[in-house]
Amino acid sequence: MPTTLTVNGTEYQVDLPDDVPLLWVLRDELGLTGTKYGCGVASCGSCTVHIDGEAMRACQVALADVWGPVTTIEGLGTPNALHAVQQAWVEHQVAQCGYCQSGQIMQAAALLSKTPNPSDEEIDLAMSGNLCRCGTYPRIRAAIHAAADALGREG
Amino acid sequence: MPNWGKITRRTLLVGSAAIAGGVAFGVWQYRRDLPNPLQPGDGQATLNPWILIDQDGVTLIAARAEMGQGVYTTLPALVAEELDVAWEDVRVMHGPAAQAYYNEALMSHGLPINDYERTGFHEVMIEAMTVLPKMIGLQVTGGSTSTIDAFEKLRMAGATARETLKRAAAERLNMPLGSLTTRDGKVIAPGGIELRYAELAPAAAEIDPPRRVALRDPEDWRYLGRSMPRTDMIAKSTGTAEFGLDVRLPGMKFAAVRRNPRLGGGMLSFDASAAEGMPGVERVVDLTDGIAVVANNTWLAMQAADAVEIEWAAAPYPDTSDEMLNVIRAALDNEPNSMLRDDGDLDALDIAPEDREIEAEYTVPWLAHATMEPMNATALHTGDALDIWTGSQAPGFAEQRAAEAVDLDTDHVTCHVTFLGGGFGRRGETDFVVQAARVARAMQGTPVKVTWSREEDMRHDFYRPAAAARMRGVLRGGFATALEGRVAAPSVTRQSMQRMTGLSPSGPDKGHVEGMFNQPYAIPNYRVSGHLADLDVPIGFWRSVGNSFNGFFMESFIDEMAAAVQRDPLAFRLDLARREHAPSSGVLEAVAEMSGWTGRTPEGTGRGVALTYSFHTAVAVVVEVTDQGGDVSIDRAWVACDVGTALDPAIIEAQMSGGVIWGLSAAAMQEISFAVGEVEQWNFPDFDSLRLHNSPEIEVRILETQPHLGGVGEPAVPPSMPALANAIYDLTGERVRDLPLNRRLSFVI
Ligand code: FES
Ligand code: FES
Repeated sequence: MPTTLTVNGTEYQVDLPDDVPLLWVLRDELGLTGTKYGCGVASCGSCTVHIDGEAMRACQVALADVWGPVTTIEGLGTPNALHAVQQAWVEHQVAQCGYCQSGQIMQAAALLSKTPNPSDEEIDLAMSGNLCRCGTYPRIRAAIHAAADALGREG
Repeated sequence: MPNWGKITRRTLLVGSAAIAGGVAFGVWQYRRDLPNPLQPGDGQATLNPWILIDQDGVTLIAARAEMGQGVYTTLPALVAEELDVAWEDVRVMHGPAAQAYYNEALMSHGLPINDYERTGFHEVMIEAMTVLPKMIGLQVTGGSTSTIDAFEKLRMAGATARETLKRAAAERLNMPLGSLTTRDGKVIAPGGIELRYAELAPAAAEIDPPRRVALRDPEDWRYLGRSMPRTDMIAKSTGTAEFGLDVRLPGMKFAAVRRNPRLGGGMLSFDASAAEGMPGVERVVDLTDGIAVVANNTWLAMQAADAVEIEWAAAPYPDTSDEMLNVIRAALDNEPNSMLRDDGDLDALDIAPEDREIEAEYTVPWLAHATMEPMNATALHTGDALDIWTGSQAPGFAEQRAAEAVDLDTDHVTCHVTFLGGGFGRRGETDFVVQAARVARAMQGTPVKVTWSREEDMRHDFYRPAAAARMRGVLRGGFATALEGRVAAPSVTRQSMQRMTGLSPSGPDKGHVEGMFNQPYAIPNYRVSGHLADLDVPIGFWRSVGNSFNGFFMESFIDEMAAAVQRDPLAFRLDLARREHAPSSGVLEAVAEMSGWTGRTPEGTGRGVALTYSFHTAVAVVVEVTDQGGDVSIDRAWVACDVGTALDPAIIEAQMSGGVIWGLSAAAMQEISFAVGEVEQWNFPDFDSLRLHNSPEIEVRILETQPHLGGVGEPAVPPSMPALANAIYDLTGERVRDLPLNRRLSFVI
């Protein structure tokens, strides 16, 4: 029986076994390739999406267990309508190869929605599961602070 | 839509830029020698392989792999600066694999000479070496050479096109050439007349471009020397940049693969009966050296691939990394392959009683690239042609190897280059491309994306080799009077050249000793020999290559020499560098000032310094560590580099700080080890890197004193590792001579 899934506001019927991780449903079945595969074992954060507003590793959530609406990087903002976090990422020129950045941005967006003005320690705690082999961390930190300021102004 | 020969629409979408009708501008200098790969369609003309003009603006061909180092920004800026177009109107694409895009800087980099003291003879040699890559179409991204290679070539391409457009305007308006100027994609004539490049391009394409044009004075640069908005930034911040793993084709299937974890051993037999019955599985393909499972979903393919029972043959190398290291250490006493520096006379050196003589041995482990995006390639075999989509640092080689693997003519194989989710040398290899080609042949007519699991990627790399060094130094009156270094490791140059060209170069292997023989230190007796160890483990280019181990050996030992005579390690280095190479002493002075270096650190804090000249750039690093209840915390790093001309400061800053984090990660915690012939690491939990919370605050200063351009992608890596080990010595008093450091102490994780 197909599973019903809501992603970025659109409802999908997915005909795949229950244990297929959400990551591979998004990427291969729905063509939402902004969410990346890096490790498959919850150790890199490349696959981070929001389920019911919560940052989750899509490689660890089986299709049958998805408990709420899913937001991926494509649903956070678009090139013509950037989310404040994406805007800060562009302004701070964060990305190098860029492969980890969807996950970094989704993680940061979830952090800021719960903690609008995070301290460096809170940023450390929230972001430590997201690996970046290019070492863009200094700019990630700066961009999170900038996004917090921008969101605060929008208030 | 131009008809670019074999190029499909997909390629044209790199960086979300589509081409709708345009003119390709012709090659400026090599026009007669190398065919322009841009084949324009109806009503279009071509002058040069770097520039395509259409109604919406300009498309510039980067022709190097964008793997994070900013070539999709810096290379187009070189053209745009001279062509005189508005940055907002510039779009960028990789372009086809073609000989016109060969990399001449890469080959001259391999010459066994000391880069920082080039002579006339050396310049002639470098010139000669540029012929070879032209012949073999070496469109390779590597060796931190992209910008060096492009600096003159691309500015000339832009300037020549601009002058040709002006000539077309002069003819059209019947006005003297000298009365015309250009601005933001327009030729401007007296009386307020403006002609858009797009209008002039078809006529310009018919005009023979001028042979010699003057380049702009750097004083007048609008783009170069500034931090430009990266052309790939919005795509990479919105999940819309297309990496190899993101390629989608109609009717596409998804494949997972397994190869022998005993690297280079074959496959004896396999039983796929369980896998074939698993959900989503379409087919199990025998690749002779492994298997592929094709399914309707990558994860289902991976599950089924794991369920295939396979009997593997043994590896052609010793079982454990300990045994391998014994082979490498033993090679230190072998006949040397090279002695690229032998200043003074070490054999005749009389050691006086008041001299201080020290010796030390060091080792470093095998390392994986672990690019964030695992290896992958998508391929479609249609019977008489093969199309491949992948992130490749060497698309020309990829096409050749894939063609051989599936018995097609290279002309019928096309490699479409996507964004690379990290390269670091790994994506210059072609194994993943060849594999996809073979799976696609078995699935003729159906496009297949072959994705490696992280585990497959970690355990089937072309590793940075393990290496060993034996160092001897003599100190006289507080100065280094003699240094003798021996380095042993398997030869990356030989193995990778053998793979790429079928020929293994004999003669001295510069890559093996770079970072030790060519360091800018005035040591009167200075000898370095390279010793090749014979081990059949797959090895390859890893960010900064030989410098990645020699930098650690050399700069750890220089520190030991300073300590042996109770001298400040920074002042000791400055004495040696000042008399040899001003840019190198300059970066040392810069990090001293930035870090407020006093040579003293409070209890619980340690500082270390290191200097490495590599890829034509001197980089000095100071690292500060603290003791956090028994764990070492890497708190701060100061980096100074001298790149000659800083074409894009923000990109250089990013490469320097990223390079430091890369190097510190390796030095602190990374190691690939072997047991029963298999790599023992599987995934990031056992091959981790620094993360946001435990990487240092980094400050970078860019100097521009040397007369030539320097590379920026790699040179921060080598000095970062010894700077950390030296900081730990300062903190603990213990000299750790074997990497990774976490075998001996624990870091904040
Ligand atoms: S792919 Fe999910 S955490 Fe790495
Ligand atoms: S930007 Fe390359 S892995 Fe993070």
